[in-house]
Amino acid sequence: MIRTPLRPLPQILAARARGQNPDAIERENLRLRHEETRDAERERAEGRLLVLGIFFLCAFVLVGGRMGTLAASDPEEPRAQVPGASILAQRADIVDRSGRILATNLTTHSLYAQPPIMVDPLRAAEELATIFPDLDVERLKKDFTGGRKFLWIKKKISPEQQQAVHDIGEPGLLFGPREMRLYPNGSLASHVLGGAGFGREGVHSAEVIGVAGVEKTFDDYLRDPAHGGAPLQLSIDLSVQAVTEEVLNGGMKLMNAKGAAAILMDVHTGEILSLASLPDFDPNDRPVPLTKGDAADSPLFNRAVQGVYELGSTFKILTVAQAMELGLVNPGTVIDTKGPLRWGRHRIRDFRNYGDALTVEQIIVKSSNIGTARVAMMLGGDRQRAFLDRLGFLKPTKVELVEAGAGRPLIPSNWSEISTMTISYGHGLSASPLHLATAYASVLNGGRLVRPTLVKRDSPAEGERVVSEETSRVARQLLRKVVTEGTASFGEVRGYEVGGKTGTADKPTPQGGYYDDKVIATFASVFPASDPKYVLVVVLDEPVETSGKEPRRTAGWTAVPVAAEIIRRTAPLLGLAPVIESRAGNGITLASNR
Amino acid sequence: MTEMVHGALPMRDGEPVLPKWWRTVDRWSLSCILLLFGVGILLGLAASPPLAERNGLEQFYYVERQALFGSVALCVMVVLSMLPPDTVRRLAVMGFAGAFVALVFLPFLGTDFGKGAVRWYSLGFGSVQPSEFLKPGYIVVAGWLIAASQDLMGPPGKRISLGLAVAICFLLAMQPDFGQAALILFSWGVMYFVAGAPLIVLGGLAGIVVAAGTLAYNMSEHFARRIDGFLSAEVDPTTQLGYAAGAIREGGFFGVGVGEGRVKWSLPDAHTDFIIAVAAEEYGLILVLVIIGLFATVVLRSLVRLMKERDAFTRLAGTGLACTLGIQAIVNLSVAVRLLPAKGMTLPFVSYGGSSLIAAGITLGILLSFTRSRPQGGIGDALTGRIR
Repeated sequence: MIRTPLRPLPQILAARARGQNPDAIERENLRLRHEETRDAERERAEGRLLVLGIFFLCAFVLVGGRMGTLAASDPEEPRAQVPGASILAQRADIVDRSGRILATNLTTHSLYAQPPIMVDPLRAAEELATIFPDLDVERLKKDFTGGRKFLWIKKKISPEQQQAVHDIGEPGLLFGPREMRLYPNGSLASHVLGGAGFGREGVHSAEVIGVAGVEKTFDDYLRDPAHGGAPLQLSIDLSVQAVTEEVLNGGMKLMNAKGAAAILMDVHTGEILSLASLPDFDPNDRPVPLTKGDAADSPLFNRAVQGVYELGSTFKILTVAQAMELGLVNPGTVIDTKGPLRWGRHRIRDFRNYGDALTVEQIIVKSSNIGTARVAMMLGGDRQRAFLDRLGFLKPTKVELVEAGAGRPLIPSNWSEISTMTISYGHGLSASPLHLATAYASVLNGGRLVRPTLVKRDSPAEGERVVSEETSRVARQLLRKVVTEGTASFGEVRGYEVGGKTGTADKPTPQGGYYDDKVIATFASVFPASDPKYVLVVVLDEPVETSGKEPRRTAGWTAVPVAAEIIRRTAPLLGLAPVIESRAGNGITLASNR
Repeated sequence: MTEMVHGALPMRDGEPVLPKWWRTVDRWSLSCILLLFGVGILLGLAASPPLAERNGLEQFYYVERQALFGSVALCVMVVLSMLPPDTVRRLAVMGFAGAFVALVFLPFLGTDFGKGAVRWYSLGFGSVQPSEFLKPGYIVVAGWLIAASQDLMGPPGKRISLGLAVAICFLLAMQPDFGQAALILFSWGVMYFVAGAPLIVLGGLAGIVVAAGTLAYNMSEHFARRIDGFLSAEVDPTTQLGYAAGAIREGGFFGVGVGEGRVKWSLPDAHTDFIIAVAAEEYGLILVLVIIGLFATVVLRSLVRLMKERDAFTRLAGTGLACTLGIQAIVNLSVAVRLLPAKGMTLPFVSYGGSSLIAAGITLGILLSFTRSRPQGGIGDALTGRIR
């Protein structure tokens, strides 16, 4: 690199020699150097400014070109332009298994006010109060004359009410179109359907969203326009549901029960044909949830799915079925039933003393706690727990109701030997009636596990095997004997071969003990026993039958007659032909039976 | 003779200010700016009534305010463009100092208007965003510092200006307002580039930016989601971007017609960040191209005129101003057409906003002042026999 000397020495020396002042030369030199660097800077800057200019030109052209291509392309889809317009979408109907409407939509109007454009707010308030007596005149007057710019008055009004409001002639009272959910059958299947309410609300429309039941579970499905408004078909049969509710309601009143639940399930598919929980409600006008007290006292509480109860002796058949499956017992095996059975400080007694020994068949027929506990001891806690787990007793049911998640079974934290014994006859483990119906269906349908469902299925689901065909058949025979010879004699319905097991469990007190005079009476049944089609579980909460000298609370006196009446009336609706059972000693063969 | 030697043409001392201004100012840029302002009012008429309705104000409340602030901004611009560069510089340095102090005190005295970022001072009749005024001030100061550093034995202006930029970015990031911080850094980078930054340093800076971006993408979920949303081919039609793209498509070449647009009802930022979507929908591609053309004219003409400028300070500061204006416009437009990920940046002189309008007036006033034709010593060169 050639360094330029800072001072032009030759010129300075020459100037000195001439006697001139060298400073001027130095300054001139400095100026020239300055100019040189500046020129260099400027030339470089010129180049770089050019680069910048080209960059910006390209960027502007790029943006412009992109705008052009975007403007030239077609709009992808019709946009929801005004907020709210997108909400107006038909919610799909819900129908029963034969296509009868359970829930549909109705176009109606909402009523709102814009006080700033009102002509005569006071008169409007008074007229409104005469049309809607539940409105408070003073409140309306205050709202209309105050600073409010907008207020809702009614969410849904009928055409007559709309006309009446229209006739007021007040420009500040306006209507917004609304699609409302209508349940034409009123309270029928209310716990299955749940209900719907308004979500986001605008003037032009409001979104209808499910708040409970299948409406909430299938909310996305029902709102999805991609299904083209295809209805959601449930497994419920409207007429069977209606009969079930009617009979159950009558039975509940007759037995002075405070609540009741019933489930009728197809044993092979797990489809629920009717599911009732009483007291119930009208989904068109859902009551508000209780804010205090026990949620189970609200009519919104679904006893069949959400409620978990100790279901009592109905569990015995499960214990015996497992023992038979494992080859530990057969119906003729004799079991020691000398009571009371002591285990530590616990004592297990029977309702009555049935003697020192019973066969397994008699244990079921007479419902012996001691005998069942002894069978359970043969099984052991681990195998019992595993079996109940497979039947679904340890988890909430997977049925398509949002409430199902709340029906979490109560199981002992420590599955001790005494737990094994008590659970074998249905104490110490609380589960929902739906759990019981599912387990009965799984064990009695030939031994295939079913999953409870509320959606119509086309074909039976081949679930995994829980017990063998033979065990299933013998279990049904035992249950049939309970009806023909045992505790459920009121359950006999001629022609339908009802088999079932009663269960009467004392209700636990909130303090941890048991009530003496409050029971949960359960009857879990299958019919027809020889060729199982349906399982029916009926649960009565605190029933008491007072026709005798003493109040009777056992299931055989309370739940069983109700269940028998339900079967008597629904079986024909379900298309079951009565079977004429041949009786021993009946030598006559009917011509029609050949 | 002295004048000839020192390369200065005789000043026309007796010439009145206005004619001289009219003779020397870049009239193309000036007309473009006035047209942009007109477009801004036109779009304000279209875009702001929904907002006014939502806030319960008169229909054209925002248009009136826009016109008011716009007139102030235009006056400021014209007055500034009449001043000589040295006076502008002095004013700008003072303005910068004031705005910087205001920015420092913002966390203690400012308000966030419930928007989550403390960017404004609330004065009874309106609000002021100091960062908007800081930008032109900073650019002038940085240009001055960098130009001074080019003198023999000048101060280390590049480092000082970079330090200032970093300090301002830190203050802005605290608000947080990353958009303005990025603009400040960009303006410094452009001036540094024109002042002759070594290419190695520029390459290194680009590398750092890429590395920081990658790091941010991996570390910050918020950032990553924005980038992913940008990169995915599908655009969710219910997002701002989706609405904007839909509006441009809907508008086509000639628009759906004045007042027929729908996007302004759905987009909360229709009058500021996404005003171009409103323009595209109601007036079509034509107006959009006109707007782009106006911005391009202002920026490119300014750059071309600055190429001839001999004064290093004027050149650098002018470049910074022109490029910041240009990049702001490009970022705003690119977001609407999904060339860039969503970043809130106003379209200078077109978007609604008092501070932004007046600051744009100041920026353009200074730019016009710097791009006025001045004697560049060409005659001196010719006489002294230097090339050019």
